Amino acid sequence: MASDQSPEFKVIGTRPVRPDGIDKVTGRAKYGADYALPGMLHGKVLRSPHAHARIRSINVERALRLPGVKAIVTGADFPEVKGVMAQVGELIVNTHYLSLNVMARDKTLYDGHAVAAVAATSKHIAEEALELIEVDYEVLPPVMTAEEAMRPDAPVLLEELRTRLMTHRTDPGSPEGPDRPSNVPGHIRFERGDLAAGFRAADFVVEREFVTAAVHQGYIEPQNALAVYGADELVTIYCSTQGAFNVRTLTSSVLGIPEGRIRVVPAEIGGGFGGKTTVYLEPVAALLAKKSGRPVKMVMTRAEVLRATGPTSGIKARVKIGATRNGQITAAEVWLAYEAGAFPGSPFAPGAMCTLAPYNIENLRIDSFDVVVNRPKVAAYRAPGSPASAFACECVIDELAEQCRLDPLEFRLRNASHEGTPQPAGPAFKKIGLVETLEAIRASDHYRAPLEGPSRGRGVACGFWFNGGLQSSAVVNIHSDGSVSVVTGSVDIGGTRATQAMIVAETLGVPVEDVRPVVADTDSIGQTDVTGGSRTALATGMAVLEAANDALAQLISRAAKLWDKKPNEVVFAEGTFRPADGGAPPMTLRQLAGRLARTGGPVVGRATVNAGAVGAVGNAFATVCVDVEVDPDTAKVRILRCTIAQDVGRALHPAYVEGQLQGALAQGIGWALNEEYFYDQKGTLRNFGLLDYRMPTCLDLPMIETLVVEVPNPHHPLGVRGVGEVGIVPPMAAVANAIYRAVGVRMAELPMSPPRLLKAMLATRAEPFEEQATAAD
Amino acid sequence: MANKVIVETTINGDPVELLCEPRQSLLEVLRDVLELTGSKEGCLTGDCGACTVVIDGRPVCSCLMLGVEAAGKQISTVEGLASGTALHVLQQKFLEHASLQCGICTPGFLMSAKALLDHNPNPTEAEIRYALAGNLCRCTGYDKIVRAVTDAAATMAGRSRPAHGAVPAETASGMTGEMLAKGEVK
Ligand code: FES
Ligand code: FES
Repeated sequence: MASDQSPEFKVIGTRPVRPDGIDKVTGRAKYGADYALPGMLHGKVLRSPHAHARIRSINVERALRLPGVKAIVTGADFPEVKGVMAQVGELIVNTHYLSLNVMARDKTLYDGHAVAAVAATSKHIAEEALELIEVDYEVLPPVMTAEEAMRPDAPVLLEELRTRLMTHRTDPGSPEGPDRPSNVPGHIRFERGDLAAGFRAADFVVEREFVTAAVHQGYIEPQNALAVYGADELVTIYCSTQGAFNVRTLTSSVLGIPEGRIRVVPAEIGGGFGGKTTVYLEPVAALLAKKSGRPVKMVMTRAEVLRATGPTSGIKARVKIGATRNGQITAAEVWLAYEAGAFPGSPFAPGAMCTLAPYNIENLRIDSFDVVVNRPKVAAYRAPGSPASAFACECVIDELAEQCRLDPLEFRLRNASHEGTPQPAGPAFKKIGLVETLEAIRASDHYRAPLEGPSRGRGVACGFWFNGGLQSSAVVNIHSDGSVSVVTGSVDIGGTRATQAMIVAETLGVPVEDVRPVVADTDSIGQTDVTGGSRTALATGMAVLEAANDALAQLISRAAKLWDKKPNEVVFAEGTFRPADGGAPPMTLRQLAGRLARTGGPVVGRATVNAGAVGAVGNAFATVCVDVEVDPDTAKVRILRCTIAQDVGRALHPAYVEGQLQGALAQGIGWALNEEYFYDQKGTLRNFGLLDYRMPTCLDLPMIETLVVEVPNPHHPLGVRGVGEVGIVPPMAAVANAIYRAVGVRMAELPMSPPRLLKAMLATRAEPFEEQATAAD
Repeated sequence: MANKVIVETTINGDPVELLCEPRQSLLEVLRDVLELTGSKEGCLTGDCGACTVVIDGRPVCSCLMLGVEAAGKQISTVEGLASGTALHVLQQKFLEHASLQCGICTPGFLMSAKALLDHNPNPTEAEIRYALAGNLCRCTGYDKIVRAVTDAAATMAGRSRPAHGAVPAETASGMTGEMLAKGEVK
């Protein structure tokens, strides 16, 4: 649509059909579970029924005798892996613990922890074989919440852990507290100003405690892997992953095989949201393939996905914020504890770095803790760490705005971060668009429309995510008919092939349909980090732009050669080359492409970037407005209307940008209202299916209005900021604030499901009753 | 081991004779026996709709049905939705409206939407949401899916299609399928 487009661009800002679209609407696209190879076996994993247990012994004899069973592996088949910290997308992974998570050794640490795996001629035989494996467990008491795990007398999950105090995210930290086993491996603190003086200067101080439930990424496609282990010791893995190179690195470290002997072929991927940035099945399938000498395919069931992959942390939070009567925040103190699951590595540091980042606060202290509990090891989930801590702080901000008698957007605007405002972690923001998103909501139809009717309320909240940069590679091939292929290592999880084709078409002046994007395997392209961290359009986009420019420079010199000119005597515009002096007829790119053989051979443009290192990472802000109606009898919350404004820098393909905003907001609404894990007292997960782990359906949501705000990122050649994640940060608080305005109850716990909300509503109604009762006595 | 059974059925208009184990679901038969991997597996418990196929005109979760039950039935899968290289209007509209991100849910949505439009060529937004409520999409928030189905219905009926990105006024935002149950919309 014309209005989407900036006048400097012809292709960028338009909405072409995605190049992989036809494959995906006809069923032809191959996702991980769609691969099959001749002679292939099927693998299945035996999982611990206990949240916390010592494995005394495993006997696989009977299972091995079942006809059709070809190989079984247990922890004993895996090498010991030393702890090395590897950066995986936005998270930092300890490979020792990764190895223990892939297959338990002497202890199982959560319900669903892998203890053995079988490869057989059919999945049904493999499943039968699992029942024949005998595991002797010594059951230990489980620790299920951060609060329990932090008590000095709590059962210890990992004897070797000690608490370390860190000052920044990649700081290895220094020992803190007594030298004894701890369930709290990490503590990060950010501090500035004078907290006591700040609170003394406040007219109002609000202090609250919050709890959020662990939630799953909820991708519709379960994890899968198909591994081939050749007689030449070369391993090939086909799988749905957000990062083929990460799978290669992590599988290499878990199996002790050099990276160079592993090739990872990324399949189409059915959603990830951060949950497919690590490995679960890949090393197991490779080991079963080695033992059996046959290709082995493994696909998780939904129950396995819920029991053993993801989720993101549940947290406990305490927030205290003070403000003056005229709405100036004077001080804030935040305490956060993130459940990491069975092994260290929750997003406790990014959670601390993001919360309150929208505000300029002089006196500030944030403490955040990484806490191990007997739950699955958390994985990245859309803006990891930020949504839960933002929920806590944005609810308190709303309460302060109310005490100051200010419009909640006005209160935020009075304290909003700008270019130059220090972030909670210290460094100052560069050019950011928070204020623009707040203003966009304030000016929106939605915010200006009156909301009438009983039990209805409107809430707003905002949020921050810093986005990832990381490494990308791209190759642009000019074919002899003038068509172009662009090769990257970034799997396409939401339309990034389209944006890559558009960037190439824009640069080379060719029709976007003439550009074919290819997602390559790990042997066919340079290192490319995960599709995650909102980095693909940004960082891979940068590599693609540079590779296209590299190809263009070569094309210009070929034209110069044909005309016997110097390259700077050739003009390129609108897909056509011409000599500056007009001494020869112009040549289209297609015509020139046909003559490459005679001017020195094919033209291949290439580029690699580390977008973090060049500072292209664009910080992203979003503001959300939600109208709700609460059923006064059942406390079921209906979303009447919702709008998200997000600073995207520049929308390359506006439809896919809107899609990211809408999807993020929908996930946030699920987080706010329904999604949670139910563990019983033994630490067994009771809702391991999608009926009981309740994600929003299209009946639960209205249309999702998007306000795409463009404050170009000055450090990116196209002005792009990451768009994938920040939209999930504000919705939980926006819904909570709306519920408060609807029924007068401030919810401090997620999800705000009917039972929980009803209890809170009844508690407020009960008070007058009790008073009456007392008076009557 | 279980004895295999011969099943005679019709898939996307073609007569098919297949061999399967009685314990195999129709989804497993489609994907693993017939190599029709367009129908996806998201849960195997009837909760996600990724495996939706149309059987004798009705949308069905193929994971909840046994392969042997396919005998004598007319089954349509996503592979049979286009006619040759000509896409079905729904497929075309899903592409135009960017209604898929990862695309794993798309075959199921297309088949549920097809079953809806075959019975109700002029559905309201609420009816569309109701008909698609058995299909989960975690990527899109459903907005662009609902728009695509609305637009497809309009196009198939020969009405001028709604302007890009706009929902027809009579189904504008704020209405959810719950209203259907409450009788607030037609
Ligand atoms: S796989 Fe059939 S409904 Fe999910
Ligand atoms: S597009 Fe990914 S689940 Fe629907």
